[in-house]
Amino acid sequence: MTQLPTLKDEAWRYADLNAVEALGVDALDQWKEVSVAAGETKRHCMVVGGQTPELHRIRLDVAEGGRAELFVVVTGDDYCRVEVETTLATGAHFELGGVTIGGGDAVREIVTRTDHAQPDGTSNQVVRSVHWNQATGNFLGAIHVHRDAQRTDAAQDFKALVLEKGATANAKPELEIFADDVKCAHGAAIGQMDEMARYYMASRGLAPDMAKRLLIRAFIADSLAALDDESEAERLLEAALDRLGERV
Amino acid sequence: MLKIENLHAEIDGKQILNGLTLEVNAGEVHAIMGPNGAGKSTLAYVLGGRPGYEVTQGSVTFDGKDLLDMEPHERAAAGMFLGFQYPVEIPGVSNVQFLREALNSQRKERGEEPLSGGEFLKLAKEKAGLLKLDMDMLKRNVNVGFSGGEKKRNEMVQMGILDPAFAVLDETDSGLDIDALKVVGEGINAIMRKPDKAVLLITHYQRLLDYVAPDHVHILAKGRIVKSGGPELALQLEEQGYDAVMEAA
Repeated sequence: MTQLPTLKDEAWRYADLNAVEALGVDALDQWKEVSVAAGETKRHCMVVGGQTPELHRIRLDVAEGGRAELFVVVTGDDYCRVEVETTLATGAHFELGGVTIGGGDAVREIVTRTDHAQPDGTSNQVVRSVHWNQATGNFLGAIHVHRDAQRTDAAQDFKALVLEKGATANAKPELEIFADDVKCAHGAAIGQMDEMARYYMASRGLAPDMAKRLLIRAFIADSLAALDDESEAERLLEAALDRLGERV
Repeated sequence: MLKIENLHAEIDGKQILNGLTLEVNAGEVHAIMGPNGAGKSTLAYVLGGRPGYEVTQGSVTFDGKDLLDMEPHERAAAGMFLGFQYPVEIPGVSNVQFLREALNSQRKERGEEPLSGGEFLKLAKEKAGLLKLDMDMLKRNVNVGFSGGEKKRNEMVQMGILDPAFAVLDETDSGLDIDALKVVGEGINAIMRKPDKAVLLITHYQRLLDYVAPDHVHILAKGRIVKSGGPELALQLEEQGYDAVMEAA
């Protein structure tokens, strides 16, 4: 039987456990199971987060040569967690583009566990986080490369902007590698808005809110670069940038 | 057009400008020369309203309005352009997108209609041609991967597109090879040498002044103008150096 997580559980260490408790134990058992057949490509785009806590748990099972793509914007006013557990068969690919964005005092997080169970699998995860007020953005990405999963190529790239003092970003890559011919690249950077770029833009006549919007748009667009559907990418970008309106 | 009176300014509590007074009228090109650390770039940034540059005394009026009271983007909309000594790279934002937003932002501030995508591209193409900058460069991210010379030419293309009434050009000649210097000099003339416009050229060297002939030349040292003259002053400086000319003053 499922139990409520505690801060000692690695995958929940930055979570808002009060919100999880409010959701209840039953919510933890609700996994959305998705299978991607051999050679098939499945793509899902979603914007999540709202007025009350949300938990989205997804299990992806990608068969040989299959490709699973998930693009997600995590926003909303309360705790929101997107959790993705992926198992990759031979030559399968997992693509994640994620954005967490918002203010208030909410925690918004993306947590992934990617199992490279067989050889020649690839995965690419690009997550961008933009937070202000007392809000927190987290990316916890575990990659598990099994003994037989030779020639695995897994990449993780997390960048966060904290727009003001009080906002927080947490990055936690976790690599468990049991094969020897493997590429696992991961990078994490947390920083502030480029003030010189903002000034440069202002000096050309861009109002401060416009300059900020353009810079943040460029920042989060990285996470959607792999989304081969311009109108969907635009929809996700706008959904994320909508949050800025309440701030600037 | 621009009237600076007894301007004092500091950065991080360090006094850089010490009572600078200067008046630039429409139709004029003024050159400001001076040794390293004289306050040339500080003057440019104070006029451009860069955060952190604090005016402690004095005034600056632009077309009769209090310039120091305006935000940087309001100064741009009022017709001021600052050409950066080190143009800033903006990854993820294309030149075309940036400049169109900037121009339309200015137009909006002035109560004018925005330019359509097509109208803007036509304008951008014309100005890029003037500065011999490949149109493909304008589609790339702002200054990312540009050479020093390309960045400076890009500054001038921006100036051409934004069409300001007054330009402060901070060492626009540095980083340019001889051919690019000529192109940029001619660009400045084509864009700014008009009866209703004026330019403040900040430079270390006389060579840009071969192409953009100044009406007045000023020497800035220790935060104030120590000597003013005509174009001959720049030549004298080139020959004798700052120390000799300033001692004589």
